[in-house]
Amino acid sequence: MYAYDEIDRTLVNERVSEFRDQVKRRLSGELTEDEFKILRLQNGVYLQLHAYMFRVAIPYGTLAANQLRALAHVARKYDRGYGHFTTRQNIQFNWIKLAELPDALEDLAKVGIHAMQTSGNNMRNVTSDQWAGVAPGEIEDPRIWSELIRQHTTLHPEFSFLPRKFKIAITASDHDRAAIKIHDIGLKLIKNEKGETGFEVLVGGGLGRTPFIGKTIKHFVHGRDILSYIEAILRVYNQYGRRDNIYKARIKILVHELGIEKFSREVEEEWQHIRNSSLQIDDEVIEDIRSRFTYPAYEKLPHMPDELRQAAADADFEAWRKNSVAPHKVQGYAIVTISLKPIGKPPGDATADQMDALADLADKYSFGEIRVGHEQNLALPHVAKRDLPALWKALDKLGLATPNVNLITDIIACPGLDYCSLANARSIPIAQELTRRFADHELANLIGRLHINISGCINACGHHHVGHIGILGVEKNGEEVYQITIGGRADEGAALGNLIGPGVKFDEVADVIEDVVEAYLALRERPEELFIDTVKRLGVEPFKERVYATR
Amino acid sequence: MTSPLEQKKIKIAGPSVVTANRTWDGIVVYRTAAKSWSADLSEAAIVRDPDEAKSLLAESVADDVGAIGPYIAPVQVGADGKIEPGNLREQIRRTGVTIGQPAQA
Ligand code: HEM
Ligand code: SF4
Repeated sequence: MYAYDEIDRTLVNERVSEFRDQVKRRLSGELTEDEFKILRLQNGVYLQLHAYMFRVAIPYGTLAANQLRALAHVARKYDRGYGHFTTRQNIQFNWIKLAELPDALEDLAKVGIHAMQTSGNNMRNVTSDQWAGVAPGEIEDPRIWSELIRQHTTLHPEFSFLPRKFKIAITASDHDRAAIKIHDIGLKLIKNEKGETGFEVLVGGGLGRTPFIGKTIKHFVHGRDILSYIEAILRVYNQYGRRDNIYKARIKILVHELGIEKFSREVEEEWQHIRNSSLQIDDEVIEDIRSRFTYPAYEKLPHMPDELRQAAADADFEAWRKNSVAPHKVQGYAIVTISLKPIGKPPGDATADQMDALADLADKYSFGEIRVGHEQNLALPHVAKRDLPALWKALDKLGLATPNVNLITDIIACPGLDYCSLANARSIPIAQELTRRFADHELANLIGRLHINISGCINACGHHHVGHIGILGVEKNGEEVYQITIGGRADEGAALGNLIGPGVKFDEVADVIEDVVEAYLALRERPEELFIDTVKRLGVEPFKERVYATR
Repeated sequence: MTSPLEQKKIKIAGPSVVTANRTWDGIVVYRTAAKSWSADLSEAAIVRDPDEAKSLLAESVADDVGAIGPYIAPVQVGADGKIEPGNLREQIRRTGVTIGQPAQA
């Protein structure tokens, strides 16, 4: 867990009273919507189809049990009893009244939660691996660095008025759970030959209208230089970034137009001017941040406790354990992923009751800590293995033990036309139908790891470009039409998917996906060959032939 | 549906209304003939040509304390005068999400 210092708390409280005043002036007509819009966006408030939408940051995906309870409280008191976890370690409330927003913000501020850096053309909240600090084999806890960057960039002028919004993600493991290659800046913690900690720096990734996979701009930047290096990137970007064209102003476009060599030369030059400035990070600063992250007092526990051995006889428990439980760096403990993808339900939604119950379970079984990942699932990061059977029973009662993590029904979908004012087509009902088609757990397991991502428009909030199967809703003559791509991926081997054929209608999407899956099952060399590997080996054509032959 | 937020020129193909979100709570509202806002589509003022639409929109934009983000949306008017939303987006705005919402706490 991370303890905020006094400065942060004061800042958060000041923002709340400022916003209360602004809302008052807005409601009285003293402020026009034009004047108010930028103020509300700074506080995470968007206008959606049915109401205002309120987006709250969960920095690097770490939540304390009392914070989750505060989110449950907001869902219950100010909204319709549920919240929606997003792909960027945020939670959204879909039905908030403007008049009540200051109260909601104030209730959240009491537990150190705020909505800064969730919107606007500034630095967005720095995301990280949801298994940070507990994953076996990580270089070190990436949240220390996320926090360093968060502190430096919050309200810093160079970062507050960018040509466009700006997103950074950090990972410290070989397996990238933070999707760093689709961020404006991606940082991978590594050690050099001398054993010093630093970063491989990637730049220019992003999805949306013009998707790009991030490219490595520098293979090693020493940890102490990371702020000056990021600042150098920002300066080059601010200098060239095209403020005149909203679609062109992302750093990915600039990197693409300048070319990575020229861009990195410019950054290098800028960096040489500033690297030995006050931006160089003292060890004490890092140590201070490190000391604010506390880790549980783990017990010395056996690798294979009796409770686990006994529970292994229960096939349902075993199915869940194999699917949702991952190794922890401390012996006797495990990381438990909690699927927010029950069959037939909207991906990423959690009710206030579920959040409260989960907070209790976190207190009981996970040292009061919950994590939020970019796949719209949650995790309990420190569960003693002996407690797994009891935890599973409790989760199952709450409808939170669907053993489908990373399987075909673990779908990432944006809100789409059901909520979003920018949407061209619906996303959630497509996800719901697909989970029903593949509800059979044995079938889903037979298919194996397969990520489906759905976006309701080209903004790509559902990351469809990097889904193993990507579904993009577009509009054609007033009708919803869906373009389907295969072969994308978001991890260390990040790639953009390719279209398999003409767009299909709402009612046909699930059929087409079934055909794609059937084609895969017929085409794969052996059961262990994942969908994504079959696509890589064979390309799109054989899929296209099978899927479209009969259409 | 192309988002009406991208609406640049005013062109209307048939009967239309002006819709927006009420400022204090965000709910969907329609401009009425009485120069006010209503949550009930049946009370919306219907416009049928670009000039009418333009002036209804201008009047709506001016009432920025009442509602925000006004735009022109198509409707269908039945023989009995009953007004229905003219596309899926507006239908969803009127009747709510097409998916089950989690049970209320
Ligand atoms: C319903 C309200 C939402 C609105 C109005 C909205 C709006 C947008 C817009 C306009 C963009 C494109 C910005 C650009 O030009 O790059 C965008 C990007 C993005 N949104 Fe959303 N969004 C919403 C919900 C969500 C949700 C629920 C998620 C997560 C599940 C999400 C995740 C993202 C991500 C990850 C991107 C970045 C894509 C990139 O890398 O460029 N958004 N959003
Ligand atoms: S992808 Fe488009 S439809 Fe989906 S949430 Fe983002 S802006 Fe809305």
